[in-house]
Amino acid sequence: MRFVDEFRDAEKAQALAAQITALCEPGRQYKLMEVCGGHTHTIYKHGIDDYLPESITLVHGPGCPVCVIPMGRVDDAISIAEQPDVILTTFGDMMRVPGGQGSFFDSKAKGADIRMVYSPLDALKVARRNPDKRVVFMAIGFETTAPSTAMTVLRAASEGIENFSIFCNHVTIIPAIKAILDSPDLRLDGFIGPGHVSTVIGCRPYDFISAQHAKPLVCAGFEPLDILQSVYMIMGQLAAGRAEVENQYSRVVPWEGNPKALGVISEVMELRPYFEWRGLGFISHSALKVRDSYAAFDAERIFEVPGVRVTDPKACQCGEVLKGVIKPWECKVFGTACTPETPIGTCMVSSEGACAAYYNFGRFSRDRVKEAIRT
Amino acid sequence: MCLGIPGEVVELLSDQPDLATVEVSGVRRSINVGLLENEVVSPGDWVLIHVGFALSKIDEEEARAALEFLEGIGQAYDEELRALQESGIDGP
Amino acid sequence: MSPEGTDALAKDTHIHGEAGAHGEQRAGAEHLSREQQVLERIDKARRRKAKVKDERITLAHGSGGKATHTLIEAVFLEAFRNPLLEALEDQATPVVDGVRLAFTTDSFVVSPLVFPGGDIGDLAVNGTVNDLVMSGAHPLYLSAGFILEEGFPVADLERIVGSMSEAAASAGVAIVTGDTKVVEKGKADGCYINTAGVGVIRHDLQLGASRARPGDAVIVSGPIGEHGVTIMLARGELDIEADVSSDTAPMHDLVARLLDATTKVHALRDATRGGVATVLNEVATASNTAVVLEEEAVPVRPEVTGACEILGIDPLYVACEGRLVAVVEGTVADRALQALRSHPLGAGAAIIGRVKDDPPGLVLLKTTFGGTRIVDVLVGDPLPRIC
Repeated sequence: MRFVDEFRDAEKAQALAAQITALCEPGRQYKLMEVCGGHTHTIYKHGIDDYLPESITLVHGPGCPVCVIPMGRVDDAISIAEQPDVILTTFGDMMRVPGGQGSFFDSKAKGADIRMVYSPLDALKVARRNPDKRVVFMAIGFETTAPSTAMTVLRAASEGIENFSIFCNHVTIIPAIKAILDSPDLRLDGFIGPGHVSTVIGCRPYDFISAQHAKPLVCAGFEPLDILQSVYMIMGQLAAGRAEVENQYSRVVPWEGNPKALGVISEVMELRPYFEWRGLGFISHSALKVRDSYAAFDAERIFEVPGVRVTDPKACQCGEVLKGVIKPWECKVFGTACTPETPIGTCMVSSEGACAAYYNFGRFSRDRVKEAIRT
Repeated sequence: MCLGIPGEVVELLSDQPDLATVEVSGVRRSINVGLLENEVVSPGDWVLIHVGFALSKIDEEEARAALEFLEGIGQAYDEELRALQESGIDGP
Repeated sequence: MSPEGTDALAKDTHIHGEAGAHGEQRAGAEHLSREQQVLERIDKARRRKAKVKDERITLAHGSGGKATHTLIEAVFLEAFRNPLLEALEDQATPVVDGVRLAFTTDSFVVSPLVFPGGDIGDLAVNGTVNDLVMSGAHPLYLSAGFILEEGFPVADLERIVGSMSEAAASAGVAIVTGDTKVVEKGKADGCYINTAGVGVIRHDLQLGASRARPGDAVIVSGPIGEHGVTIMLARGELDIEADVSSDTAPMHDLVARLLDATTKVHALRDATRGGVATVLNEVATASNTAVVLEEEAVPVRPEVTGACEILGIDPLYVACEGRLVAVVEGTVADRALQALRSHPLGAGAAIIGRVKDDPPGLVLLKTTFGGTRIVDVLVGDPLPRIC
């Protein structure tokens, strides 16, 4: 078993789709949010929408770490990169994200040494190889990625590497989901839970969604059958009048999560009192910063970080898209002023951003696409 | 939000206890397995890889159970289709 | 970089008229849905005149994606405009004293200079030969311009030049003129090479992306993405090992086989920067047709799939240096396929899709999973992603 192709079987998908349709109450419209940008990517990459009845709408949530970084933090990172003897390392996803003063690519074009890495450990390697430079890792991501960053800091500490630090932008998923559930203009019937975050935090933290908000949540894997099965499980709960946390992705997600990974995070990082999310505004206790005991690895303390605040462009409706209030194409600037080439909002930057995914993979009349494929 | 892909552990590096070589479709990379608590990783195990770290060990039994469930739905669907077809043939 | 690639963003108000009419026709007497209206508006925006909004050149401008096209349309084509250039093919095909020539140029800035399966020397010859042969030309002469960095080892230069000489011999071309410049240390990455090439077209076939017609078949000559993945891994930064090597090869014989087998070939492109997806977008835009691909039919070696999965990129966008995309009349698809397969370079050829009339200008993919999606042009290079 390769745990990939087995979960891409079109015949099984047809059978699941039929079951999902059978669970729909006639005349009722369902809105399900996939919290995670990885799911958004899978949905478009495989064309999962084609299997769902018209009464089910998938709403793309805030789980794209690149999309929720406020522009000011990008500007801050660039200001670090442009200080003398600095090498800024980052994941490829961040390169095109616009700050108020341009993107990492723009800063690189002006002469800053900004390098893409696959792993935070590779950033540490850059630091080892360049002892005369100050190497900063632009740390982004949810709880999935935070343990890797934390492990890297621990490694740097144990090896006594002094020219390595992280610019910590790690965020936590639960406060974001809470913020979405609390927003008054929202109507969602259930959640497709973020599978890979859950490998770390487990399934318990979602209990409040069923207990306080009476919505079902199913932790889902990232292959197309995983997502269809999760939709089926959510629809099953709705049909039976249940609202529970279920785990479709049990082959990867332990119910209790990964205590070691959580331990490593809390050794190195602690919650910030508040953090700004692009499109969602300030959310309390929604992000991580480096603890005092590891201050030597905290770029925010080593460098003069201007702490830039940039308000989101007025025309941009990323916030409403992230909350699932509007569909990407309902945004005023979608596809005209805001395109993947010249993104205004971050939802258009990352290939996982709801807008970019829709623009790149989904944009077009489904009827005409289906017609073209069928004949 | 996070790209995680399954890879098979093919080798443990004896000189660096935290590292294992993992293979995805013939492509190899060394991966840090230090985040897997209390879990012994050995060649032949599958792990979920994210940014150069193994985040969790993949449970083959659970995967099989999921596939069997899907298989079951497929069979039910086939039977339904057959029943539908038969009823069409036999009907008035 | 040669101004290659096609993009009808600048031109076709006419196309939009048709698309609009089509949409209205589908919607019948009713008003278009709101989503439909938005999509039409986007379609219009996409066909607006290209404009470079960046203040400086970034790496994206050299990646073969949207940013490259915009730069070509807005800066180069704007300044140099003439009928030969306007076709934006991989080569110009002027007629001189009754003889049809093919003329092209390409610069090579690959890092690392040597990689599994070849080096910058092979690439510099094969790349230009391939740009010539995609017009159906018989390649004849090449030029070679070198920009060398102070301090570059002569032994390395000799190795590269040796590869060029071998590659030229196997492609049956002669390198007949050249130029050398040396720049200060730090001003270049070791060695850059520019080659230009001339060939002669000895038949009446007119090949071009705009000639694709509904009903045509789309063929690739072998597994895709090998060169791009090889280069990414050979840089060593990703610490990923795989048994892959570049597919760099001259395709003059392969094209000759194909054109001997059938004259009903409409377009040939080598799928370099931007990969097969970019080539097919050029075809769809230039010919105002839809290209519909079958994901299952696209040949990709397992190692390329594996590397792409790890990095979160799509093999359809990864460069090849010895693979072509052929658009042929549907009736001769099998014959064309057999002709390609009869050559070692085309042994893995496959029919991967068809050309349709609607929706014009788009490349669609029927996924293995049984769904559908759009295969759009990337803005820049595919970047490794974590999310």
